[in-house]
Amino acid sequence: MPDFSETIPIDQVGIKERVARLNSRSIKKESKIMALKMALSMVDLTTLEGMDTPGKVIQLCHKAKEPYADMPDLPTVAAVCVYPNMVSVAKKALRGTDINVASVATAFPSGTATLDAKLKETRQVVADGADEVDMVISRGKFLAGDYQYVFDEIAAVKEACGGAHLKVILETGELQTLENVRKASDLAMHAGADFIKTSTGKVQPAATQPVTLVMLEAIRDFYYETDRMVGMKPAGGIRKAKQAIQYLVLVNETLGADWLTPNYFRFGASSLANDLLLQIVKQDTGVYQSKDYFSND
Amino acid sequence: MADEQQSTQEVEQAEDAYKPSSPTSKLNFEGPWQYDEAPQSNDHIEIKDQYDLFIDGKFQKPAKGRYFSSVNPATEEELSSIAEATQQDVDKAVKAARKAYVKIWSTMDPAERGKYIFRLARLIQERAREFAIIESMDGGKPIRESRDVDIPLAAAHFFYYAGWADKLEYAFPGKKPEPLGVAGQIIPWNFPLLMLAWKIAPALATGNTVVLKPAETTSLTALKFAELCRDAGLPEGVVNIVTGAGQTGSLLVNHEEVDKIAFTGSTKVGKIIMESLAGTDKKYTLELGGKGPNIIFEDAPIDQAVEGIINAIFFNQGHVCCAGSRLLVQEGIADRVIQKLHDRMETLIVGDPLDKNTDIGAINSEQQYKKINQYLELGVNEGAEMYQSSCDLPEKGYYCRPTLFSNVGQSNRIVREEIFGPVLTIQTFRTAEEGIAKANNTPYGLAGGVWTDKGSKIFKVGSKIRNGVVWANTYNQFDPTSPFGGYKESGKGREGGLHGLYPYVKLK
Repeated sequence: MPDFSETIPIDQVGIKERVARLNSRSIKKESKIMALKMALSMVDLTTLEGMDTPGKVIQLCHKAKEPYADMPDLPTVAAVCVYPNMVSVAKKALRGTDINVASVATAFPSGTATLDAKLKETRQVVADGADEVDMVISRGKFLAGDYQYVFDEIAAVKEACGGAHLKVILETGELQTLENVRKASDLAMHAGADFIKTSTGKVQPAATQPVTLVMLEAIRDFYYETDRMVGMKPAGGIRKAKQAIQYLVLVNETLGADWLTPNYFRFGASSLANDLLLQIVKQDTGVYQSKDYFSND
Repeated sequence: MADEQQSTQEVEQAEDAYKPSSPTSKLNFEGPWQYDEAPQSNDHIEIKDQYDLFIDGKFQKPAKGRYFSSVNPATEEELSSIAEATQQDVDKAVKAARKAYVKIWSTMDPAERGKYIFRLARLIQERAREFAIIESMDGGKPIRESRDVDIPLAAAHFFYYAGWADKLEYAFPGKKPEPLGVAGQIIPWNFPLLMLAWKIAPALATGNTVVLKPAETTSLTALKFAELCRDAGLPEGVVNIVTGAGQTGSLLVNHEEVDKIAFTGSTKVGKIIMESLAGTDKKYTLELGGKGPNIIFEDAPIDQAVEGIINAIFFNQGHVCCAGSRLLVQEGIADRVIQKLHDRMETLIVGDPLDKNTDIGAINSEQQYKKINQYLELGVNEGAEMYQSSCDLPEKGYYCRPTLFSNVGQSNRIVREEIFGPVLTIQTFRTAEEGIAKANNTPYGLAGGVWTDKGSKIFKVGSKIRNGVVWANTYNQFDPTSPFGGYKESGKGREGGLHGLYPYVKLK
């Protein structure tokens, strides 16, 4: 494990200026349509409520498969993201498609369970058919400086994942500083994360562009050092197509084209898909449709 | 003792230098998703076929009837034809300025003067988009910069100095400030309207009248500003705009009835001006060239520093007197910084200045374009390693790829001379002392940058850099309240802020 007691300095003002500069990119015409479709293909359609039902999850899977019936050529979303007890339901509903089932695990969203319980839960969701596991780090241990614990825990969960992809949620809204975001990103990647993810969506602020830029830069440095590509998933608070395009610009100009695929970039979002559809149809027809034309699953 | 420990540590870190483990880990920016053109519409912009001189509140034909053409450097097409002011015209302009000074402007209630300047500021804001588009068409700078930097800052300068007009006695406690008379002002082509604002706003606020000569390749926004002066009802003769090349400027400098010269431009011309002013009682300020050192320490926030390096040298195609054109990077992080610069440069969009996504526009003129290319050739001949981004350049127009030169030394001409283009030289240093010595080893001393996460180092290094401006963990930040000016051959006097009032007043 690298020495994580060393802090990599991050200049918050500089990060904000860079984000503002990238937000000034004007994405028009064909490049806009392409961006909207690309964003749709990167959505992890998510439902993470205590009152989720099998019925709700099944209907969400229908939407994942066929987001807008009038445009059958649209890409499908990348994955459906659910709680552990819904994995088998989602798996069954998505059988025969390329859409992955992602499950949150490791005592989501607080992450305050024993390691044994976390590993057991991870193995269970993978056995139930989860293709991707979204774990949360132990923020308490991280903030206390016990990096070894956090590192070992991620490594252990990665092992428990077997063939499933591991996304590591840093819960950046609780990490206090951008330097901590950077450190947690590095720690997760060195411990074996396939993706790093900003937030559970249960803590405010969730995903922000400055935090995402810091994580993308961490991914870039990790790639320079190890030649291994790690994915990125901002999650929570991304509701509008315009925001999604801004995120894509961030990725495009920080990591380049190789990351602009669902294999390396995802949006964790529930309502984003509908705004993307609304904008895609608007580009196609020239007018905004009533929201009632889109399913609200 | 502490210093000693620190430097051993630095050496150890340097030996442990970062090397990219995989040469193949290069980022790919050539994917299918490329931004479409997003051109700023210029349909509504009115540029006349011909512009006359603005003297005594009216546009007047030049005495000798000569005109020269103003070219859009992005298309090489003529935009307009501009009057050339000769001796008779300059005489007329200075006379009009003198009359306005004696009869109206110097005796006007300062609060009234302030109102006029506020009005000019508001008119610039109202017509900001128009000014931005013309600035980009005439000078080649990206619309993002003229829209977000040049024009808002120009308005801010007028607002700032308008506020001083009736408070001058508070600016100079215990003294009675009096205006000088007629100010002859000569401005460069890199920030045409902004430099006009830097010159005209403090001159008017202190009660002087003005004869201003814009650069011959970028006269249009000054002439548009003349229209604003007319629209604002500014008394006739308070602001006069005489267009022309160096010859016209020299007439202004040598004119007996001019009381003060303010010049921004090259050090070469600055020296000529100083010679001609020697022995006269004209006051003068000179804001000249630079070869700004941008010093990156290994404890700096690297990614933000890389962004700062890019901003320091590629802002406005590098046509910036305070550009950070010499990168001094601590050896332990040099490879990493250069690798990051290479990747970052691939994302710079070079092209149509009116496209909202353009990062680097057109080189201002054919002359400057040739000069930059001569320096590129010179650099290669001096044995430097040249790296350019792989972007496509438009077929027409004067464009230059963003360029890095490594393997250079302090003795090379590309390190010593101001190129005034998107060309950066890279040198490494080991200790802070070495970095400071290299930074100061130049006849220039306008601006520089220091990048480190350590606050004490900012002050320690920053105070030893012989530059008028030192930015810490940022670059190219401007504000009307902040003085700006050079050490050594970068100039004399300060513009901006309270300091910017001094060159325009006599204190009694």
